[in-house]
Amino acid sequence: MKLKLRIWRQADADTDGAMVSYILDDVSPDMSFLEMLDVLNEKLTGEGEDPVAFDHDCREGICGACSLVIDGQPHGPNAATTTCQLHMRHYADGDTIDIEPWRAKAFPVIKDLVVDREAFDKIIAAGGYISAPTGTAPDAHAQLVPKADADAAFAAAACIGCGACVAACPNGSGMLFMASKVAHLGLVPQGQPERHTRVIGMVQEHDEAGFGGCTNTGECAVACPKEIGLDVIGQLNRDFRKAVSGRR
Amino acid sequence: MSFEYYTLGEDIADDKAPTGPINERWSQRRFSARLVNPANRRKLGVIVVGTGLAGASAAASLGELGYRVENFCFQDSPRRAHSIAAQGGINAAKNYRNDGDSIHRLFYDTVKGGDFRARESNVHRLAEVSVQIIDQCVAQGVPFAREYGGMLDNRSFGGAQVSRTFYARGQTGQQLLLGAYQALERQIAAGTVNQHSRHEMLELVIVEGKARGVIVRDLVSGEITTHLADAVVLATGGYGNVFFLSTNAKGCNVTASWRAHRHGAYFANPCYTQIHPTCIPVSGDHQSKLTLMSESLRNDGRVWVPKTGGDERAAADIPESERDYYLERIYPSFGNLVPRDIASRAAKNVCDEGRGVGPGGLGVYLDFADAIERLGREAVEAKYGNLFDMYERITGENPYEQPMRIYPAVHYTMGGLWVDYDLQSSIPGLFVIGEANFSDHGANRLGASALMQGLADGYFVLPNTINDYLADGPFEALGEDHEDVKSAQQAVTSRIEKLLSINGSRTVDSFHRELGRIMWEYCGMERTDAGLNKAIALIRDLKEEFWTNVKVPGTGAELNQSLERAGRVADFFELAELMCIDALHREESCGGHFRAESQTEDNEAMRDDENFSYVAAWEWGQGSKPILHKEDLNFEYVKPSTRSYK
Repeated sequence: MKLKLRIWRQADADTDGAMVSYILDDVSPDMSFLEMLDVLNEKLTGEGEDPVAFDHDCREGICGACSLVIDGQPHGPNAATTTCQLHMRHYADGDTIDIEPWRAKAFPVIKDLVVDREAFDKIIAAGGYISAPTGTAPDAHAQLVPKADADAAFAAAACIGCGACVAACPNGSGMLFMASKVAHLGLVPQGQPERHTRVIGMVQEHDEAGFGGCTNTGECAVACPKEIGLDVIGQLNRDFRKAVSGRR
Repeated sequence: MSFEYYTLGEDIADDKAPTGPINERWSQRRFSARLVNPANRRKLGVIVVGTGLAGASAAASLGELGYRVENFCFQDSPRRAHSIAAQGGINAAKNYRNDGDSIHRLFYDTVKGGDFRARESNVHRLAEVSVQIIDQCVAQGVPFAREYGGMLDNRSFGGAQVSRTFYARGQTGQQLLLGAYQALERQIAAGTVNQHSRHEMLELVIVEGKARGVIVRDLVSGEITTHLADAVVLATGGYGNVFFLSTNAKGCNVTASWRAHRHGAYFANPCYTQIHPTCIPVSGDHQSKLTLMSESLRNDGRVWVPKTGGDERAAADIPESERDYYLERIYPSFGNLVPRDIASRAAKNVCDEGRGVGPGGLGVYLDFADAIERLGREAVEAKYGNLFDMYERITGENPYEQPMRIYPAVHYTMGGLWVDYDLQSSIPGLFVIGEANFSDHGANRLGASALMQGLADGYFVLPNTINDYLADGPFEALGEDHEDVKSAQQAVTSRIEKLLSINGSRTVDSFHRELGRIMWEYCGMERTDAGLNKAIALIRDLKEEFWTNVKVPGTGAELNQSLERAGRVADFFELAELMCIDALHREESCGGHFRAESQTEDNEAMRDDENFSYVAAWEWGQGSKPILHKEDLNFEYVKPSTRSYK
């Protein structure tokens, strides 16, 4: 099929960007969205033009590297799908597709569709862990974890840190990302000793990094490729309130 | 044997592993390795390249010990290393299932599974440490699957008759990596680890024979910088992307290992490539990578093809009596859970007979109809739901209603830089861990053992062995004006300038695809003397064309993804040739290496212990023939036997 692509091109962080149009023939329905961009880049390179820079790595929907706002939606039109797992069979011959980077104050554009998501790492560094130095652990069965808790912790831990939640949020909030980690670690017994310091540290870092606040719009959960629900934000808010009020 | 392509050097040996009873060797080595007192550790710098299971766990653990750690990864965040994509699980000899497991049995299964081409001492240590790994990960909050009573659940994997695999749904690698990444971030916050993301190591700095640093390129600005330390640890993963199509992430490459190899680090068993039996088949020429379906699917899925070739009917229309459940037929005791090399070759054989299914006949069915009938759809969904969804997304077919189609694909490389028992390469001060080294898997890797090795090396082995080397430090301080540092910097900039100046007419990817096709055809699942000779000639011609006709747009002073790939593909050419030479010289079949000339009457791989029970450690021949050093393998505890899974 033949597609018209309108892609955000921006040489670097300090240069203004703009949408540029490209026509691409011979797109196969079996291609992934990123493979379609590979084909475009091969063509651009052959024609002596600068290929489009975009982040990607595992192409199995788990590393969280791929991004792209496609026709206004992070990771494109399909629910629970990363861009690398979006296939061209969902498009029709003659379609026009808009492709843009994540847009958020905390995620500055580096080039074209590539943005800097280091702020997420800083949020994790501010408390998104359990302090368990290597070699200090008791036997794994020393502490039992009810299956329901383990499953709920896993569901929250499935976050891939892609940043779609931030790109979807009108406030540019990183709350869903942060809350998924707070919920994961708060749902297992090992995470209890640091539960309050964790949430305070992470929220502080989140705000300092330039992410906006949460106003319960819910766009983040809709955009999340791993279907992490708003309930984790409820958990975050409860934990935060308890932590700042000093209640246990 | 043909000496046309290589010369023979002196034999080598691993002199660090203690002798004596195998179950005491690791504790003996830990005791005999010299220590560095906590106050002195602060004066010692260690560079860790890579942030996968091995790199992140090593950097975090070394940071906790008090060393000054500089950590590098080419991804935008350490959390994105390709360990994150491992699905199935991690082995540990906990015997939580009371099914007869033990450290000795895990050791035995792994040595046998590796087709007797791994070191006994290393494998035993891996089995011992496996127990601690699970404890460590649970303490970090890794949400492993649990039973209703709150205890950890297990399942079984290929090559084992016990359930010793711990898992977190189909995303075990992700959860283990997040555990290690969080431990790493904790150390970054504590100031013991300094993290450099979006940086790629392009050269190793060697001064007076010792590894002392790395030259890296900032992938955003293009700036080339030098980082010096007392020791360097490579945790840079495998090189399966030499085949272009593989289950590896797109960025996986061999550059760091290859730069070290060119400076004298031996490259061991490069031709041992694991072909994974359960991948989604190729759909077209546009394809950029292959996706693996977890091996755990074979716990419940049954593998079959039609009994007769050319059967075009839909799976549901083929009656039971006309199906060949060939793994259950040929290997009754392991059935669908035979190891990966066996399952892969069996799939290739039935497809070669013309009985393959799907487009092009390169596929076999992985069928869950029986499991759904026996367990109910809900139970199957709970166990494998995310994998089924992933399959449907990629193929557009619903695996609850029709069987999945699978075909073998390049997955994991068991070869890598040669290391001794301390995980030190043949360059003093250069340590290599995880998939980047060669040491623990032999000629074949069993399921759920790669995650085990990555974390064993990073959390427990390296932090207990590197101190023996660092006890001689801190080494003399170096400046960037040192001659050896300057020459390493110069090597990087001139290679980049060369790649940018060729300005030919072919893209980097077109070369890479062609190289991959050569490798898959002649150095893939089945190799022959004639094919390998042909491949070497083809690779040499293609390499020559690459260096005169590649087109790399843009400059070096910016984010330039074509340039990144060009440097990596340039190294893949040299590696590919060595892989073929290694495959050519090894005139036997074992594990992930099948030489058509060496098979039994019923087409099973035929090992030749008399002549090939050694590690092939290759020394860079300075541009002429590589030099082969042999390390004899000795088996005192698991006597090599015909590897049967029947």
